[in-house]
Amino acid sequence: MKIIVALKQVPSRDSQLKIAAGGKWIDESDLSFEINEPDAYALEEALQLKEKHGGEVVVLCAGPERAASSIREALAKGADRAIHIEEDNINQLDTLGIARLLAQAAQGESPDLVLTGLQSDDLGAGQVGVVMAELMNLPHGTIIMQVEKQDGSLRVKRELEDGWFQYVTLPLPALLTIQSGINKLRYATLMGIKKAKTKEIKRISGADLSAGAGPAVSLASVYMPQRTKQTQILDGDAKTAAAKLVEKLRFEVRAL
Amino acid sequence: MSNGILVVTEQNKGAWHKMSLEALVAGQQLAQSTGQPVSAVVMGAGAAGLAGDLASYKLERVFAVEHDALAQYTADGFTAALAELIQSRQPAYVLFPHTYQVRDFAPKLATRFGRVMVSDVIGFRAESGQVVLQRQLFQGKLNADLRPSADGVVFASIQAGAFRADQLEAGSSTVEAVEVAIDPGVIRAKPEEPFRESARAVDLGAAELIVSVGRGIKEQENIAMVEELARAMGAEIAASRPICDNGWLPMERQVGSSGQTVAPKVYLAIGISGAIQHLVGMKGSKTIVAVNKDPNAPIFEVADYGIVGDLFEVVPALTAEVKKAKGQ
Repeated sequence: MKIIVALKQVPSRDSQLKIAAGGKWIDESDLSFEINEPDAYALEEALQLKEKHGGEVVVLCAGPERAASSIREALAKGADRAIHIEEDNINQLDTLGIARLLAQAAQGESPDLVLTGLQSDDLGAGQVGVVMAELMNLPHGTIIMQVEKQDGSLRVKRELEDGWFQYVTLPLPALLTIQSGINKLRYATLMGIKKAKTKEIKRISGADLSAGAGPAVSLASVYMPQRTKQTQILDGDAKTAAAKLVEKLRFEVRAL
Repeated sequence: MSNGILVVTEQNKGAWHKMSLEALVAGQQLAQSTGQPVSAVVMGAGAAGLAGDLASYKLERVFAVEHDALAQYTADGFTAALAELIQSRQPAYVLFPHTYQVRDFAPKLATRFGRVMVSDVIGFRAESGQVVLQRQLFQGKLNADLRPSADGVVFASIQAGAFRADQLEAGSSTVEAVEVAIDPGVIRAKPEEPFRESARAVDLGAAELIVSVGRGIKEQENIAMVEELARAMGAEIAASRPICDNGWLPMERQVGSSGQTVAPKVYLAIGISGAIQHLVGMKGSKTIVAVNKDPNAPIFEVADYGIVGDLFEVVPALTAEVKKAKGQ
């Protein structure tokens, strides 16, 4: 199976976010970046499928130059090669624009399977995978917790709400969006990191692909949420704050 | 385009998904701010019967769409049926509840119209004849205003709990059965019957006190510290999704959209940032306490009491204070 894994580089989870001047995005200058967590699970699933059934894992990523570090990490973990769509203005594209870039690059590879995470930790729209499937005319499954390859098809376990699940069979080629926790992530080995340096990264300029005519949705402004609830912050050192909280829970909430 | 607002409801075997009503409220409120009429559509087996439920609300029309190809949900079937309805009725806005099912097909439907669905919307306002939609970014740490371009249908899905179902305005509407032509050949997925994994041994829904732990705990061996606090308080222990994904606590102790929904007297969230997937499972709690090192963590949005600090210092201090108070 030839598997494409579409992954996104996002600011690290613990980042302290500041709004950039102009109020249209965050200030990225002091941030560190990492592979979007659900995408890391999609990569791991691809590597495990390859180990079981053979084939090739190709990483596909759209983003500015800094995204190369996440691509190298994916190669170090075991992906065979990568395609980097170099696009500096990724934040000015909407979901459809980004999916168009990814779909065009993926189409050229004629993959058997496309995997991506169910959503990104930054924008969290949860749509790129499904939109790619529509653009590539592939059947898809979302929020997938298990993948079983059959002859010419996949039987996948979809997570539904409230503890429910469902098995669905999809003909290949297909696209799946992967849920976090589907597998156990591996670390890159020293050998893997060494090998990654010799692996192919094909660079395509975003300008050579078509994101379509103008965005259908544009980001007008980004801002800190307004507090709707008055939280009583209990201050002091740990012991003082803990004592205050226990006092509240005993005499105001009457729960202890 | 000015042919009103269409709210796509969700139902399962004749029972409403509770977020359907919230989406209808969002539709009614959008109708007020845009001056456009709002209609609803009910899809799938049993739609005709359920559509009658909506006849007593302030809606222009309720469309009931039944077809053999919609008896079981598939993205291909639902997309084909709704694409046909949207083509023929030409609504200016299409709203959905932001459910797992909607996440599965609505982006595909919007793509067919060359549009982008604005997902997980928490609010909107009309600004010089155009709607501006609000949604969260970075797992609730930031908000954003989004502006759909004026040249097409606006697709948006509504976040759980953003609108209150009990604000649905009464009135009357006309129920209309709609025929759609779906070629069964377009449906590529073969779904099986949904099932629940083993029965839950732990019913967190009945717990009075819950101590819940999230990513901030960092390592599996640190869970013991939180368990000790729970024991001292006489509370059930629960967790956010990543903790259960890692196998540090069993899946049945997970609170959130894919786990249990709880409403205890006290919910003590330790090292939980408060992504919406978690908040929907616990924001009905009577008193919410958050311990987190990040003062901007979205959990403080819903917390009644908060301690901003290092949980590795706060949790043992809390355990000691609880024990002292209880004379343990």
